[in-house]
Amino acid sequence: MPLWLEAVICVLLVLGSLFALVGAIGLYRLPDFFTRLHGPTKATTLGVGGVVLGSMLFFSSQGEGGSLHEILVMLFLFITAPVSAHMLAKAALQERLPVIPKTRGKPWD
Amino acid sequence: MIRRWLPHPALSVALAGLWLLLNNTLAPGHVLLGAFLGWGIPLLVGPFVMPVPRVRRPLLLVRFLLRVILDIVVANLHVARLVLGPKGRLSPAFVEVPVRIDDEFVLTALTSIISLTPGTVSASLSEDRRTLLVHALDAPDAEALVAEIRTRYETPLLEIFECSNT
Amino acid sequence: MLEYVIPFCMAVMGVAATLNVVRLIQGPSMPDRVLALDTFYINALAVIVLFGIWLNTDLFFEAALLIAVMGFVGTVAVAKHLLNGDIID
Repeated sequence: MPLWLEAVICVLLVLGSLFALVGAIGLYRLPDFFTRLHGPTKATTLGVGGVVLGSMLFFSSQGEGGSLHEILVMLFLFITAPVSAHMLAKAALQERLPVIPKTRGKPWD
Repeated sequence: MIRRWLPHPALSVALAGLWLLLNNTLAPGHVLLGAFLGWGIPLLVGPFVMPVPRVRRPLLLVRFLLRVILDIVVANLHVARLVLGPKGRLSPAFVEVPVRIDDEFVLTALTSIISLTPGTVSASLSEDRRTLLVHALDAPDAEALVAEIRTRYETPLLEIFECSNT
Repeated sequence: MLEYVIPFCMAVMGVAATLNVVRLIQGPSMPDRVLALDTFYINALAVIVLFGIWLNTDLFFEAALLIAVMGFVGTVAVAKHLLNGDIID
């Protein structure tokens, strides 16, 4: 494997896992449920997307021919993450979870 | 005639591509099997498939997708800064965004894009499908957020897909 | 280079998973816990992919895909249960 490709893979993996960490930190330290929802839906999805992209490059450089099937995992995550976030937000709205007082605008009943 | 034997051409192509990706090969046997599955499955499940409006401007669609991907990356940097920064600086808000899209598929696309891009998660849709409740992590200006969603995502989607605009 | 980067990434993912577990235990509400589990499975998926690179084998791809599918179905099922006390409507 050429050095530059290895460097690209390393950068993708590190950036990806750092983004996933940011998502987890957001989940851990933000004050209410609706703000916590932001970390996992965006940061974690992109983070894992980066890791999977790195893995795709790695396996493409290993064997003969490309290895594109990791794209499926990435595509699936990007399609499903908003859906599960939306469902959870609806459930939280229905349970009337508390929001921090600074929040402007009112959630629906 | 062609509609009878090939009810959803786009779905067929997608299924065949999915099969090839799953098997990670381009061997002729798998291409044949994938084509067969792509032809057979839509024929069997045809009545259950959600109608997808026709793409009117494919070139614009590609450009739109690229921009969305770029926005996702930018959004993540923004969210990362907010998450790691001091908690006091957040100004979350619930914002009501009026939508003009009727079609289910395009509406789903819009809500997904909103959830994936800058600091917003779509939380709920009103009964009459006219208003979307969006939670923003950091929205000092609600009006600007609504305007941005309208011009940046909703208008291109309406232009790309052939659907009624109310 | 990769032999140093992958353990580092796995350690980072481990920290992330720990934070998820803390949120899972702390709650305070049911949707919070479901969200923590949702994040947790996505992180586990990343660890599996990293492990696949570490061992240089393609075999873990199916496991990652299955975790993605099953995790999504699980999250949606629990969210629907929270919404109307029923999964199939």
